Amino acid sequence: MFGPSVVWKVMLGAALLGAASGFIGTFAVLRRRALVGDMLAHAALPGICLAFLLVGSRELFSLSLGALATGLLGVVCVAAIARWTRTSQDAAIGIVLSTFFGAGIVLLTVIQSNPTGHQAGIDTYLFGEIASLQSRDLGTIGITALTVLFLVLLGFKELQVLSFDPEFAAAQGWPTFWLDLAVMTMVAVVTTIGLPICGVILMAAMLITPAVAARFWTNRLEHLLAIAALIGALAGAGGCLLAAPQLTATIGLGWLSSSHGVPPGPLIVLAGTALLMVSMFFAPERGLVARAWRERKLRARIAQDHLLRALYELGEKEPEARPWIDQHRLMHHGHWTPSTVPFRLSQADRKGLLEHQSNRVRFTDRGRALAAKLVRTHRLWELYMVEDWRRSPELVDRSADAVEHSLPEEVVERLEALLQSEGRLPATSLGEVPESPHPIEP
Amino acid sequence: MSVAPSIASKKVAPTTALEIHDLTVAYRHKPVLWDIDLEVPEGKLACIVGPNGAGKTTLIKATLGLVPLASGNVKIYGRPYREQRHLVGYVPQRETVDWDFPVTALDVVKMGTYGKLGWFRRPGAREREWARECLDQVELADFAHRQIRQLSGGQQQRVFLARALAQDAKVYFMDEPFAGVDAATEGAILRLLQDLRSAGKTVFVVHHDLQTAEEYFDWVILLNMRLLACGPVETTFTRENLHKTYGGRLTILDQAAEAVSRRSPE
Repeated sequence: MFGPSVVWKVMLGAALLGAASGFIGTFAVLRRRALVGDMLAHAALPGICLAFLLVGSRELFSLSLGALATGLLGVVCVAAIARWTRTSQDAAIGIVLSTFFGAGIVLLTVIQSNPTGHQAGIDTYLFGEIASLQSRDLGTIGITALTVLFLVLLGFKELQVLSFDPEFAAAQGWPTFWLDLAVMTMVAVVTTIGLPICGVILMAAMLITPAVAARFWTNRLEHLLAIAALIGALAGAGGCLLAAPQLTATIGLGWLSSSHGVPPGPLIVLAGTALLMVSMFFAPERGLVARAWRERKLRARIAQDHLLRALYELGEKEPEARPWIDQHRLMHHGHWTPSTVPFRLSQADRKGLLEHQSNRVRFTDRGRALAAKLVRTHRLWELYMVEDWRRSPELVDRSADAVEHSLPEEVVERLEALLQSEGRLPATSLGEVPESPHPIEP
Repeated sequence: MSVAPSIASKKVAPTTALEIHDLTVAYRHKPVLWDIDLEVPEGKLACIVGPNGAGKTTLIKATLGLVPLASGNVKIYGRPYREQRHLVGYVPQRETVDWDFPVTALDVVKMGTYGKLGWFRRPGAREREWARECLDQVELADFAHRQIRQLSGGQQQRVFLARALAQDAKVYFMDEPFAGVDAATEGAILRLLQDLRSAGKTVFVVHHDLQTAEEYFDWVILLNMRLLACGPVETTFTRENLHKTYGGRLTILDQAAEAVSRRSPE
């Protein structure tokens, strides 16, 4: 049924469609109009049915025109309801979406109950059909995708300022109403082209999912567009691949699809969601795993800072530079759970900051230097806060803890210079550890 | 014949930067600004002061053509706003945009140049350089490539100011630039306002803090649905005028507005 050339044609078509919808969907999402795409797709169903009843055949062009007509009528209805009544936009979308879809289902049932209508198989418009990609001219999809690409790149700066700050754009003189309309028209056209493949129910996911997934990978709008298009293309191609068992078999991946006759719409959506999940968890900066990892590393660093400082303060009065400190004393010194101390100690040991001897620990040279730096920052900050924020010295210890871990080196130096110029530090102490403003031993 | 000296010796009347005549704005049949008439000369730092719901933001939006006027007209340097857009810079309230939007601080400032670029022309090296200078003026040059969410509230406010500077305007409208900013930002904004005044620009600022209004500004517009006073701070920022602006919660205007909105069909 499928030759290799058809395989590539189907995949290419689906990929182009995915890229186009990912591209223009990005602006729909950024402009907070994601659900308008959903409404457009659902509202297209009555138009498809009406066009079929009028023309009497499953001719693609007239069905698309019908879809576009009722889809845009839906947009107008939402705008009118939100503008002239006190109904909010999301409620208006809900009302229009379900009404139009309901009307579409009624018409569809009428068509299905009559034999010619039943044979035409209009019901494949609900979830899409892979076959529509074979019979279909790839050219339509290709031209649409390229046109959308060209128009978005042409008006990139206008669409950027419109999506970020519409009022500023309007004050600058951009016709925001018409720009919004242009975006919505492109969304409508891409949606209409995609309906035979994706179906009216799930088409919106093609617009929304790629943009949301791409947002995890970048902070730049230019890159966002490119990544959304790529994710859309992958989802489209992947979903089609899974939807056609013979097709996967042809390229030697028969084991992938046990599914017989699952329409492509749901599979494309699931492929897109899989890519979204990957992005959500594994994107390098905004991904959940990366964020959890950063959080963990920060907590570990703060815990280690506390440990080194405690060790420094306990040994400060001793005559030798690196005295041995009893582990037990250390456990009961700071604001920590005593049971975590051995673990932190062995971590610091592995980094070469400490050395152990039975139940005692002491700094290595490197460890002591690092600890001195930490204690210096801590105390400079404490000194600053006591005077300048009028706090009692006992309260200062805890709040100094919170800030000092993120104080950059140059701030510490400015702090030191400031305290010295006010005569609160001895003049010769640059770079040295000052006295603590509060008693150390608990 | 010498013409030049006679012109020079004649006392030149100060140019009017902003003129508003009979301005009325209504939202859904409920008037929010009534019959505003005011004139502000060039080179002033003017604050717009009034209680919550007095229509301060609406006054700015009406001036910039962002809300429809029920009546009246607005002139910037003697001509309608539509023709004078290139002379005007705008700083909206900070909360009106999504700060998670995928752009850097520099990208946002570059948006200030879009108006003069016109349709479809992309900002190039010159615009980038200019945007950098503007960021530098608000002391944020080091933050050019930060995504805007990674900036503090005060820094975000300053990015908005830099974007207005990038518009290279003669008249600026700023909606609560001092709201919720740290002391460093407040200082930076104040210095910037003074620089703008020295450069002969006119700045309108919606301001909430009556304590500092007198110190920061040299012109004051007192607003509470209608205009209560407009003039130099020394003569206008008086106890009596402030009482008229803030005193009496339910003024006759409120009642009239209620009555009008009840009467008109929704």
